[in-house]
Amino acid sequence: MTEYVIRFLVGGAVLGDLLRPKSFAGLFGAAPSVALATLGIAVYQHGVDYAVSQTQAMIAGAIALAVYSVVVCHLLVRAKLRAVTATLLSLIVWVMVAFGLLMFTGGQA
Amino acid sequence: MTPIRFSPSSLKEGRWYEYLIRFALGGAATVFTGLVSSRYGAFIGGLFLALPAIFCASATLIEKHEIRRKREAGLTGGRRGQLAAAVDSAGAALGAIGMLAFAIVFSLTAETSVATAFTGASCAWLAVSIAAWHLRRKTRSVWRVRTEQGSGSEIRRSR
Repeated sequence: MTEYVIRFLVGGAVLGDLLRPKSFAGLFGAAPSVALATLGIAVYQHGVDYAVSQTQAMIAGAIALAVYSVVVCHLLVRAKLRAVTATLLSLIVWVMVAFGLLMFTGGQA
Repeated sequence: MTPIRFSPSSLKEGRWYEYLIRFALGGAATVFTGLVSSRYGAFIGGLFLALPAIFCASATLIEKHEIRRKREAGLTGGRRGQLAAAVDSAGAALGAIGMLAFAIVFSLTAETSVATAFTGASCAWLAVSIAAWHLRRKTRSVWRVRTEQGSGSEIRRSR
């Protein structure tokens, strides 16, 4: 239970609001705060090899995140969708690209 | 070119519960990743380290704040809100390149030293993200100047 409380507190950190211009603040939308919290706990509980396996898969997740962000941008500008619709709809793209890359590399991302 | 700056006043735009939602989403994403890892293994769980959970909330809030600001000025602000969220998502795409660098550096250095891996990966994220942002900015301003010069010479030719 303590582990999940720590995960919750560390993963919740937010910074991007304080920065301008907006495109620069957007960089923090892809900040590895969840990764730092999770990897810290993974190293402590399961060892370095476990954390390394996670970061190898994270490579596929990060590529999917880049594609996801571009798709969200296009849906907002071209399709004129609301942010909540665009971000939630694009999660399908993230899942497809992330798992697609994982399958394509045979689980060796 | 707008310089990078801290804007503490932007914190006043948000309501306390909006920040609570973002904080909760970040925390929930971390818990979720832990649960996926323990059920399906480190590899599948690792994918979710790059889940855009916080981004969904922040893009929605940026749109909401922009709409609120424009409404106070007597405008609808719907389109402006969408464009503000789009700029944020363009930034997130560049941040994702930084996240890719984070993952690569961590996986290459963790077996040597865990402390170096965390420090190196975080620095790699920051350096690559900022470099990508600068590069995009320069490319866009050069492209804009060329477009303006091109349209200017076309106007002169048509006279």
